[in-house]
Amino acid sequence: MSTATTTATERPVFYEVEEHAHPEGSSTALGFWIYLMSDCLIFACLFAVYGVLGSNYAAGPGPKDLFELPLVALNTTMLLLSSITYGFAMLTMEKNRVRQTQIWLAITGLFGLAFLGIELHEFHTLIEMGATPQRSAFLSAFFTLVGTHGLHVTFGTIWLVTLMVQVGRRGLIASNRRRLMCLSMFWHFLDVIWIGVFTFVYLMGMLR
Amino acid sequence: MSANTHAHHHGAQDHGAHGHGHGEEAPHGSLASYLTGFVLSVILTAIPFWLVMSDVIADKTVTALVIMAFAVVQIVVHMIFFLHMNFRAEGGWSMLAMIFTIIVVVITLTGSLWVMYHLNANMMPGHSMEQMIKDAP
Repeated sequence: MSTATTTATERPVFYEVEEHAHPEGSSTALGFWIYLMSDCLIFACLFAVYGVLGSNYAAGPGPKDLFELPLVALNTTMLLLSSITYGFAMLTMEKNRVRQTQIWLAITGLFGLAFLGIELHEFHTLIEMGATPQRSAFLSAFFTLVGTHGLHVTFGTIWLVTLMVQVGRRGLIASNRRRLMCLSMFWHFLDVIWIGVFTFVYLMGMLR
Repeated sequence: MSANTHAHHHGAQDHGAHGHGHGEEAPHGSLASYLTGFVLSVILTAIPFWLVMSDVIADKTVTALVIMAFAVVQIVVHMIFFLHMNFRAEGGWSMLAMIFTIIVVVITLTGSLWVMYHLNANMMPGHSMEQMIKDAP
């Protein structure tokens, strides 16, 4: 029983039983960033698939027969404009202006919808021409890569509308600010992926 | 009981000295940074489209390399001016996650393209097919 005795000169030791406070959402930014990085890996795999299969036309149409660069340039412009308007939404959010933030979010959403509209128009034209995903390995890889990006933009737009409603009902409270910050990262990230798409798929496709 | 004396000293003053509190907001850009990023992006997008659409450079390989370089620069511009990446955000953890991702992405892309290109080149019909038919019993 000698170990149970403590001398008076020994320094008292404190044990932290409860974990120190983590304010709500304090780790969201890093967690969301790691999600985006994992999303980046999905796109890297799809880019690799496109890179490997992109020249297997199976005697079908190739990029030069299918892609219209002016349309792609317009699409790129839409996404770039939506990025800067989302930036403006974040800046007005900083200044606590609810109405203006919502307006900028709405403009961003409209640019997102314009992007989706142009992309769907492009897909529709391709499928009308018989250039369906089943036609060749090139077209399967193309529709998978560009379609996955388009789906991300679609869900981003749904998220954006949700946040506009949230901001309208609750105002720019801390959790809404956090959500807007996450969507801002998501939205700018999609623009980064699009840089890869228009360079690697469209522009380099036209060079083949 | 010596292991227990290694207690977790996590005092309040300890916390403040760390430089990064847990409740810290992510860095936000200013109007100037967003506009700089936007103008740079427009320029860095317009040049590759112009290069391809009006066939400025005769050599296609050179054009491809140039537009890829523009894409890389534009991605960096987006990271800095729109996503506000820096070495200090989240105590460096976001940068670490990104560097790790870039390494995996580079391995995935170069590895797939490299291996599959050689596989395609070696499996091309005609390369060994005639020989195989000749050798067939």
